[in-house]
Amino acid sequence: MRSLLGTSLSTSALAISVVGLVVAVLAARRLDDRLWKWARWGAYANLWIMVVANLLMVQALVVRDFSLSYVAQVGSHATPLFFTVISLWAALEGSLLFWGLIMAGLTALVIYVHREATGPLVPYALATMFGIGIFFYLLLVVPANPFAAVYPVPADGPGPNPLLQNHPLMAIHPPILYLGYVGMMVPFAFAIGALLSGKLDDSWLHYTRRWTVFAWTFLTLGVVAGMWWSYEVLGWGGYWAWDPVENASFLPWLTATALIHSSMVQERRGMLRVWNLTLAVATFLLTILGTFLTRSGILSSVHAFAEGTIGSYFVVFMAIILVFSVVLLLGRSEELKTEGSLDSIASRETVFFFNNVVLVAFTFTVLLGTLFPLLAEAFRGVTVSVGAPFFNQMTLPFVVALLFLMGVGPALPWGKASRKGLDQNFIQAGSAMVVVAVLSVVLGLRDPYAVLAFAFSAFALVTNVREYVIPVRARMKARGEKIIHALASVMLSNPRRYGGYFAHFGVIVMAVGIAASSALQTTHEATLTPGQSMQVEDFTLTFEGMWAEDQPQRFQVGATLAATKNGRGIGAMEPRLNYYPTQEDPVPTPAVRSRMTDLYVVLMAFQPDGSQATIQAIVEPLVIWIWVGGVMIALGASFGLVFGMRKETSSKRRTSSQRGGEGRGQVDPKPQLTSAGENP
Amino acid sequence: MSNEATSSETPEKRPRRRGLTLLGVGVILAGFGYFLLGGIGDNLVYYLSPTELDARGDAAYETSVRLGGVVIPESIQWDAEALDLRFRIGDGSTEMEVHSQGAPPQMFRDGIEVLVEGRLADSGVFHSTNLMVMHSNEYRAPQEGQRPQDLYQDLLNSEGE
Repeated sequence: MRSLLGTSLSTSALAISVVGLVVAVLAARRLDDRLWKWARWGAYANLWIMVVANLLMVQALVVRDFSLSYVAQVGSHATPLFFTVISLWAALEGSLLFWGLIMAGLTALVIYVHREATGPLVPYALATMFGIGIFFYLLLVVPANPFAAVYPVPADGPGPNPLLQNHPLMAIHPPILYLGYVGMMVPFAFAIGALLSGKLDDSWLHYTRRWTVFAWTFLTLGVVAGMWWSYEVLGWGGYWAWDPVENASFLPWLTATALIHSSMVQERRGMLRVWNLTLAVATFLLTILGTFLTRSGILSSVHAFAEGTIGSYFVVFMAIILVFSVVLLLGRSEELKTEGSLDSIASRETVFFFNNVVLVAFTFTVLLGTLFPLLAEAFRGVTVSVGAPFFNQMTLPFVVALLFLMGVGPALPWGKASRKGLDQNFIQAGSAMVVVAVLSVVLGLRDPYAVLAFAFSAFALVTNVREYVIPVRARMKARGEKIIHALASVMLSNPRRYGGYFAHFGVIVMAVGIAASSALQTTHEATLTPGQSMQVEDFTLTFEGMWAEDQPQRFQVGATLAATKNGRGIGAMEPRLNYYPTQEDPVPTPAVRSRMTDLYVVLMAFQPDGSQATIQAIVEPLVIWIWVGGVMIALGASFGLVFGMRKETSSKRRTSSQRGGEGRGQVDPKPQLTSAGENP
Repeated sequence: MSNEATSSETPEKRPRRRGLTLLGVGVILAGFGYFLLGGIGDNLVYYLSPTELDARGDAAYETSVRLGGVVIPESIQWDAEALDLRFRIGDGSTEMEVHSQGAPPQMFRDGIEVLVEGRLADSGVFHSTNLMVMHSNEYRAPQEGQRPQDLYQDLLNSEGE
């Protein structure tokens, strides 16, 4: 019953997408309002179909209807309700179903917001989104149908992958990441819409700029949540292992970051038009590649959850997108001749240009390192992996370059820089950099990577702080406002800009957290008998004993250690090992105490009678700032989105002639000679 | 991207400038590619069996390797105090001695399939920096007496201690 209903839901979504694609293309070509309305109704219908299909699957999981293949695969009577509900995305088929929901929801939302748009661009964008829908709904109907019937019906199932039911973060990490991934479909769809319709001006960017930042915000949060999950669950004290699936989420983030910056150059100066279209296509392709790497199991990874036949579907889909986009781009190359031109090397657009070069080179490096094992296997027949040192060595120059540009860019105006104010900025930022570098070395930091990261972080910090301080101070002086009031007024005067700078702070905070936690980490391992202690940095851990608990879904073994810091008691640390019935290898739950310096305790091994336990204790400074930095990035981006939108709607009301889409005000074809830093 | 810099020039100047820019971009790309491939080459980790590693001759000592095999029964010498672990792994035809520092995973035992990451030393002993137990994701019911509930009965009773 559920099987039939569920399969028909997916099939109808597929059918609607096929019809919707045709109708939307016709609507775009004939500019027919009735067809356009029908196409929109298709998008809305798909949303409701996916809502029902997902609810149906959740209900089947909760009542444990093992006649459905997906429930039989990830369900179990022993799994608690919470983990049962979120096992919707615990394996391939369910996560594709959930993906379908997010995709249908976002398509409907985008089309609803832009329903009154005129011209062929939005209908073509909808047609593209229907095309993407066809692919994913096809997966749900043919190779990865979660509603497939199982016979004979098993009495119980294995439950979700132990790694996924070991931490509540699994409830938020995948949905956030999917929102980020799926969101990148919007700039792609509008870029394709622009190419198909020939509306090659900035309008596609105006439609998508906010969607791109929206998706990017979720992608950022998704990547950071993934790092946090890795830290809390995998038990090795790290958060990033350059694992293929981690890289897969990072790659589109890099190109999307490039797009967010370079689209400003197009808006301001009319340059980089082909480049922006290419970045939109590349970002979307990389999200599909990421899904492919995660879901096909083609590269071995701690996160590769499923192996199956769907790999070939993805390869074909990526090939279609690539060929289609390249043909369109080449076909329009004559019309895409650039409008603006570079006036001066010392300008913000130059910095954005370099920022893009660095980000794209970064993308290529990570992509090559990630795919190299596949290439080596295909061409040389050897099984290899690319070690983490490759990524660490290679990425450092990129990170330093990005921090440097982040410190130069905000200080430079669009167009052409005047020296006034610049010298002062670079003297201050440069001296901060030198001071921090010298201080780090004097205080005993020997890791050159960390010294570089700290120094350039200081450099970028000073410039971005100046961008706030100068206008705030001027306002306080001119209007006698209090600091908070002045800060709020300045930030609201240009939400996109100040939100962006705040996101920069997040990146800096994160860079410092990463550099400090990896360079200043201390690991100590010891085998203890009850009463014995071990010492790591300022912490002392005294082993009190072992215990075990038989839980419905798992069997937990834990060690209790009394912890003190500099002699003061800080409570008990209880690292555990969890035995799930489906997996021999236990899944660790490290005990983590997060403060300025994290204490991370792992139970490595123990004697069955509890007479001995081997404990690994890791002391990592500033880890917490990685998560804080991630949240700051998201806050800065959201601030720009929300208040930028509000400002825009209110200014639209005032001047009806203003072009839609810019939070930064009107597009000024002439270079602006002043930045907020000089002339607040 | 190269046309951005040249588009303000007069049309006659364009082709030459463009050619030069393209050449410059090409040189930078080639240098970058060389740098990249070199970096990858230095950091490749090969997956090998003891037999394959043995067959590499002297080259075996040079690169870092992930060595896969089965722990030879009764070869494990574990010094819990010094956290010093020695054992032999084999693939049916070749055996190799492995030395590692640090506690092995709880599942580590005779006859289990492991993957050790490290380098072969001149002494013929493989120095492992990372020891992983391979496990299949296939569902298989634990044998009677092998469930953790049975193995760690003592700990269960001491709960709340």
